[in-house]
Amino acid sequence: MINAALKHAIEHRILVLDGAMGTMIQRYKLEEIDFREGAFEQHPLPLKGNNDLLSITRPQIIKSIHREYLKAGADIIETNTFSATTIAQADYHLEDAVYQINYQSAKIAKEVTQEFNDKPRFVAGSIGPTNRTASISPDVNDPGFRAINFDQLVVSYTQQIDALIDGGVDILLIETVFDTLNAKAALYACNMVFEKRQSTLPIMVSGTITDQSGRTLTGQTTEAFLISLSHMPLLSIGLNCALGASMMRPYLQVLNEKATFAVSAHPNAGLPNEFGLYDQSPQDMAIQIEQFLQEGLVNIIGGCCGTTPEHIEAITAIAAKYSPRKWKH
Amino acid sequence: MLKLAGLEALILDENSNFINVGERTNVTGSRAFLRMIKEGDFESALEVAREQVEGGAQILDINMDEGMIDGKTAMVRFLNLLAAEPDIARIPVMIDSSKWEIIRAGLKCVQGKCVVNSISLKEGEKVFIEQAREIRRFGAAVIVMAFDEKGQADNYKRRIEICERSYQILVNTVGFPAEDIIFDPNIFPVATGMEEHANNALDFFAATKWIRENLKGVHVSGGVSNVSFSFRGNNKVREAMHSAFLFHATAHGMDMGIVNPSMLEIYSKIEPNLLNHVEDVLLNRRIDATERLLEFAATVSGEVRQHTADLSWRNQSVEKKLAHALIKGIVEFIDQDVEEARLLVEHPIQVIEGPLMDGMNQVGDLFGSGQMFLPQVVKSARVMKKAVAYLLPFIEADKDGKKEAAGKILMATVKGDVHDIGKNIVGVVLACNNYQIIDLGVMVQAQEIIQTAIEQNVDAIGLSGLITPSLDEMVHIAKEMQRAGLTIPLLIGGATTSKVHTAVKIEEHYPSGAVIHVLDASRSVTVVESLLGSKKNEFLSALNIEYSKIREHHAKHQATKQLISLEKARENRLKLTFDENTISTPKFLGTQLHQPNISELIPFIDWTPFFQSWELHGKYPAILEDSVVGKAATKVFEDAQKMIQQLASDNILKCKGVSGIFPANSIGDDIEIYHPKTAELLHKQITLRQQTKKVSGQPNLALADFIAPKSLNIKDYIGAFVVCAGIGIEHYTKLYEDNQDDYNSILVKAIADRLAEAFAEYLHAFIRKDLWAYDPDERLENEALISEKYRGIRPAPGYPACPDHQEKLGIFKLLDASNQIGVSLTETLAMWPASSVSGWYFGHPQAKYFGLGKISEEQVLDVAARKEKAFKDIERWYRSILV
Repeated sequence: MINAALKHAIEHRILVLDGAMGTMIQRYKLEEIDFREGAFEQHPLPLKGNNDLLSITRPQIIKSIHREYLKAGADIIETNTFSATTIAQADYHLEDAVYQINYQSAKIAKEVTQEFNDKPRFVAGSIGPTNRTASISPDVNDPGFRAINFDQLVVSYTQQIDALIDGGVDILLIETVFDTLNAKAALYACNMVFEKRQSTLPIMVSGTITDQSGRTLTGQTTEAFLISLSHMPLLSIGLNCALGASMMRPYLQVLNEKATFAVSAHPNAGLPNEFGLYDQSPQDMAIQIEQFLQEGLVNIIGGCCGTTPEHIEAITAIAAKYSPRKWKH
Repeated sequence: MLKLAGLEALILDENSNFINVGERTNVTGSRAFLRMIKEGDFESALEVAREQVEGGAQILDINMDEGMIDGKTAMVRFLNLLAAEPDIARIPVMIDSSKWEIIRAGLKCVQGKCVVNSISLKEGEKVFIEQAREIRRFGAAVIVMAFDEKGQADNYKRRIEICERSYQILVNTVGFPAEDIIFDPNIFPVATGMEEHANNALDFFAATKWIRENLKGVHVSGGVSNVSFSFRGNNKVREAMHSAFLFHATAHGMDMGIVNPSMLEIYSKIEPNLLNHVEDVLLNRRIDATERLLEFAATVSGEVRQHTADLSWRNQSVEKKLAHALIKGIVEFIDQDVEEARLLVEHPIQVIEGPLMDGMNQVGDLFGSGQMFLPQVVKSARVMKKAVAYLLPFIEADKDGKKEAAGKILMATVKGDVHDIGKNIVGVVLACNNYQIIDLGVMVQAQEIIQTAIEQNVDAIGLSGLITPSLDEMVHIAKEMQRAGLTIPLLIGGATTSKVHTAVKIEEHYPSGAVIHVLDASRSVTVVESLLGSKKNEFLSALNIEYSKIREHHAKHQATKQLISLEKARENRLKLTFDENTISTPKFLGTQLHQPNISELIPFIDWTPFFQSWELHGKYPAILEDSVVGKAATKVFEDAQKMIQQLASDNILKCKGVSGIFPANSIGDDIEIYHPKTAELLHKQITLRQQTKKVSGQPNLALADFIAPKSLNIKDYIGAFVVCAGIGIEHYTKLYEDNQDDYNSILVKAIADRLAEAFAEYLHAFIRKDLWAYDPDERLENEALISEKYRGIRPAPGYPACPDHQEKLGIFKLLDASNQIGVSLTETLAMWPASSVSGWYFGHPQAKYFGLGKISEEQVLDVAARKEKAFKDIERWYRSILV
C-alpha cells in the first residue's frame, strides 16, 4: 500500500534520495575483522569488501551513515542491501546470511529515520542487479548459454524482498538495472510476494545506461527499457550509476516525455577520475542537477557512486527551489 | 496505444502503419525452418530470422510446436541465441505456441516487452484468467484467438461474441490493459470450393471493424497466409491475395498481421486482371469467382519474387568488405572474403594483423563514440572468430609464419571484488580471436593468480575490477608479480581503472613486465594481438613513451598540490645497496677521445625522432607504411639514406666525442667527483631531488641516490660525456643555403642531430662493454637500445631527470671538452655546434630515468647555499620547474 505521506510528498515536491553507501564506508578504512566480528568469525572466506555484512557486524557505522544523509536532507534512504541476494552472496558462500542482512539493514535504516520528526522520511529497500546477467552468455562458445535464469532470479529476489518487508521498508528500489530481464524477474518476485502477503509496497525501478551509446548493458534504449518494465504500477522509473548528472540528462528527457510514473535520477558524482575516485564537488554536481530540475525532468533526485552527505545537502538545497515534474498517471 | 520493445521500442498507435509480423521462424509454417531446428542448425535458423528483419518484419513470430522436437528446449535455445544478435533482437518477438509451458518458458528468456500468441477461452474461463494473469506478470502483450469452449469462431456473430466475452474478462477481471490485447478473429481460406467458405474474408473484415469500434483500445491481427491456402504452389496468386486481403483488412481496422514480408506484392502493382479475379473471391462478388480465379491462376506463372538483401557493400575492396562484415556482424561472406584477403598477402597471419585488426579498431572507435553498443561488439567478435578459424589451418601450414597460434590469457576479478560481467565479455571477445582463456572467476587472491600463471605458462594476465578498492588490489598484485619474478604482461581493465592510474600507480611496481591498460572489450583484441604478435617491441616502446608522457603530465598536474618539504623528501630518498655486485671498478679511469666514422654510427640511429622533425608522426619503421603519412615519410627517408651515404664518403662532417670515468661519492644530494689518481676533488655536482608526494614505498629520487654515499667508505664511480656530430656541418649548410635549397639544409641538420644521438648510444655501449666494462657481455639489438634495456643510465642536463642546464658547465670542465673536441657552451648554456649531446653515466643496476617534476623554492634556496651563490643569480635557471 502506498504510504499516504509518501503519496502526498511526491506530488508536492521533489524528493531527495540519499547518496553512495560504498563511498561512505570507504571513509571508515575498515579491515577484515570489521566484516566478521560477532557474526562471521569462523567463515572460511575473506569477507572484506562485502559491505552489506556491516549492517550486522558494524550496525553503528551504517546507522551513522544513514543519519548523515538524513541530516543532509534526504527524504528517502536506501538500505545497505545492494548485494544481499543469494546470487550475489554465493561468491562469499554466504547465501544463508541473506535473510539476516536484509532484515537487519531494513530495521536499522528504519530506526534512524525515526530519529527525525521534521518531515516524513522513508526507507527504500535496495535491490541490486546481482552479478549475473540473464540475457548475456558468459561463455564464448555458446551464446545461448546462461549463467543464471529467470526462475533462479525470482527465487533469490523473493527471499530478499520478503526479508526487506519484514524489516520494515517503505519502498522497494530495484536499481542499477543493466539487464532488463533481471529486473523483470525482480518485478515478478515483487508480484508474487505481494500476492502472498495480500499487500503491496511502492516500487521504484532505476536502470543504468552504461555508455555513450545510450543503451543498457544488454543493449536496450531508454525507451525500450521503460516499455519493458511498465507493466507494474511503479512509484517511479529512473536512471542511476555509470554516468554523471550532465551525461544522464538526454536519457532523463526520454523518461520525462514517455513515462507514466514519477521519474527518478541518482547519478554518480561525475565520472571516476584516473584513480577510480569520484571527485566532482557537491557544488558542481548541484549545478548540473539544477539544469534538469529547471527543465522539470524529475520527481526524485539523489546520488550514486562518489556522492556524499555534502553532495546530498547541496542537492537538497537546489531541489527545494523547484517544483516536481508533472506527469500523466 | 500498443507499446512493445526488443532492444528498441515499437509503438503502434493511430498514426502507425500496419505492423508486419515475420512468420518464417515457425516450424509449422516453414519446412526449411523445421528441418534446421530438427537438425540443431540454429545458425541457419538465426539467418532466417535475420532475413525477416532485413525484409521488413517489425515483430518476429517464433513457433516451435512440432511433435518431433522438444518445443520448450528449442524455444529457449532459439530465444537465448537471438538475444546475442542485436540486429535481430532489435525488434520485439512474438512467442507463438499452443502449449502453455512453451509460452511460459519463452517469456522467461526475453528482456523486452513481447507478445504471446496466443491464449483463448478454449479451456474455459479459469485457465484463461490464470494464463492472462501470468502473462501480465511478465508484462507481455497477448493475442487472443476467437475460440471458446465450443470451438473456433467461424462466422461474424461467433467472432464478435467470443471477442467481447474475452475482452470483458481480461479488462474487468484480470485488469489487463486493453491496449495490450490483440484479437485474432481467425483468417480462414477462401476459394476452397465450399460454399460456406465464400464469406470467410468478408466476415473477418466485418468482425475486425466491430472489434475496433466496440472494444476500446484493442488491436486486431491474423495469420494472413491462411487466406490463400487453396493456391499453395502458385506464389504469384498467393502474393496478390495476401496484398489484396491486407488492403481491405487494414481498411477495416486490422493493424497487425503475420505475413512473410518478402512474399507480399504491393497492392497498386498487382496486375489489374489478377487483382480483379482475386477481389471477386475475397469480397464474394460473384458466384463463380472461385472457378474463375482457379482458371486464371493456371495461366499465371508461379515465379517467385526473389527477396533481395542490400548487397551493394559487396562491391568494395576486400579490406572494406571485411570491415563492413565486422562492424555489421555479418558472417555470411566472411570465409570467401578472408580467402580473398589471404591470397593478397605473403603470410596468412597478415590478414589478421592487417585488415581484420583495422576492422576491429573501427569497431572500437564506433563503440567508444557511442555508435555501437556492447551486444554488437560481441557480435563483431564472433565474426572475427570465424575469420580467424578460417585462417588457422593456413597459418599452421605456413611454416614461415612469424606468429604462433594465439596465446593463453589468464583472467581474474581481483580480491574483494565480485563484478565479472565486463571480464566475461572481454573473455568472450578474446576467445573469439582464438585465445585460450583461463578464467579464475571473482575475488581471486594474488597468490592464486601468480601460481596459475606459472603453472599454466600463460602469455598474459588480465585483471578486472569495478569498485575503487580494486585499484589498490591491482597495485598489490603487480608488486607480488614482481616479487615472484614474473615477466608476463599484465593487462588492467574495469570501469574504475584508467590509463593514468595504470601508468602512474601500477606500472612502476612491475618493471619486469609490461603493464597495459585496456580501455574496453572492443580494444582487448588489438591490445593482446599487438602484445603477443610480431610487432610486440614497437607496441611496447610506443606504450612506454605514451605512459611516460602521462606520468610527466600527471606529475606536473599534481605537483602544485602535493609537494613535500625538502627534509621529508630527503628522508624518503632511494636507499640502494652498494657492493661488488652493484659497483664495478672501471677498466679505464680518466678521459678518452672518440672519433667514430659515420658509417659506424648508422646502426645506432633511432629514426623515429627524425620523422618528428618533419612533423611526420609515427614510429619507424611502421611510419613508412602509414596510410596517411607513409608516402611522405618514405620519400624523406630515402633522401636521408642518400644524404647519409654522401656524408660518409665526403668525410667532411666529423664526429668527435670525449668521455671520462671518475671516482665519486655522494654527500646528501651532491656528488663529489675525484681525480682518478690524486683523489683530489675535481667537481661537486649538484643534483635536484623530487618533492612530489609519493605513495608509500615509492622514493623521492635524486641522481645522487645512484652513487654510494661517502659515509659508507666505498669507492664508487661516475662517468660523463660530450659528443658532437656537427663538426664541419657549415660546409653543407652554407652550400645548400647559398642555393636556396632549404630542404637539403634542414635534412643535413636533422641527420647530424640523429648522428649525435646515435653517437651517444654508441659511446654508451662502448663504456658499458669496454671502458667501464660493467657489462662486457651485453648483446642488444638497436630496438632494445632505443628502449634502454641495458644496465645504467646517461641522463643529460636539460632533460627531465636533471633539468638544470648549469650542470653542463661541470661536465665540460671535467672533460675539458671545448679544447678536446671543439664544442663550446653559449651564454644560455646551449652547446655549439648544435648537433651535440652531453650527459652523465650512472652504472648502478637500479639507476633509472625519472622525471624530477616540480620543486619548491626551499630547494632552490638550498641549492644556492650549496653552490655558494645568491638565490637571485641562480633562480632563473629553475623557473620552469619551480612551483
